[in-house]
Amino acid sequence: MHQVVANTDILEANERMAGRNREHFKERGVYVVNLMSAPGAGKTSVLEETIRRLKNDYSLGVIEGDLMTTIDADRISALGIPAYQITTGMVCHLDARMVHNALHSFKVDALDLLFIENVGNLVCPAEFYMGEDLRVMVYSVVEGADKPKKYPIMFHESEAVLLNKIDLMPYAGISMDELCRNVLEVSPETVIFPISCRTGEGVEEWINWLKQRIASSRAEERSG
Amino acid sequence: MHEAAIAQSVIEIAEGVARRRGSTNVRKIKLRIGEFRGVVGDALEFSFQALKKGTLAANAELEVETIRLRVECRNCAGIEVAMDDFNLLCPRCGEPLNITAGREMQVEYVEID
Repeated sequence: MHQVVANTDILEANERMAGRNREHFKERGVYVVNLMSAPGAGKTSVLEETIRRLKNDYSLGVIEGDLMTTIDADRISALGIPAYQITTGMVCHLDARMVHNALHSFKVDALDLLFIENVGNLVCPAEFYMGEDLRVMVYSVVEGADKPKKYPIMFHESEAVLLNKIDLMPYAGISMDELCRNVLEVSPETVIFPISCRTGEGVEEWINWLKQRIASSRAEERSG
Repeated sequence: MHEAAIAQSVIEIAEGVARRRGSTNVRKIKLRIGEFRGVVGDALEFSFQALKKGTLAANAELEVETIRLRVECRNCAGIEVAMDDFNLLCPRCGEPLNITAGREMQVEYVEID
């Protein structure tokens, strides 16, 4: 019997595949956003609002992840945007291989911006990098103020948190200060955008920030 | 339940180590997993037991060392924060804390015949 030192990252195979996805995106000049949240926080509604405001300026595409059905991809297609649905069966997150396989049939060459809507889940998606440039989380005010404390990792991994459904604040029984404080305690560098997809409040601020992120990424690429 | 995906990767890594050394039996796999990773020990053990059947790790035991979360402030001296009151703002100066340990997810070593 002998002991072999490995010191290998357990998710190394996923990271390697994600690196290949990233190269694929970079070669084609596609900026990629991974959108994560609990089920029902409003990821698809956020996407619809975001698409409406960006589609005249950018060539957009969406990869949707769900356990079952093509409902979300159909909603995106209805806006005239190419959408590809990954149905994971019983898998609770998207990983780099699923996205890699999707890229065999979903061509991103003509895109400026690709959104990957992850499976609704507050735990697992945070652990699986897919080759994206930006991780954004949707957190709806009706989920309660304690979610960042209970599920700190996904919040910590997200550069921006879209605090959605603020039109329901009067019924949520919590304060905006408390929500923001709890997010910032687990993820001090995260930018928070309070938004409502129903009224449109705050969406423009999120859009402007996203545009800036895309522009600075492009500037970095050009300067090498 | 991404512990199944994690257990599968652990088995594949251990099998890779065994094959490269010409071994057909893995005895033990030692993991180092940080507190600040979304991994539940019991769920990982359960998945491991289910998935190891028919692999070179069929007889292997799994040992998981949990690495405590450690943080330090850019301004103040090192501070340890417990997971049950997870706050990455420095209790003294309010600056963001840097995580120095607790994000590990590694196969440390594999014991083979």
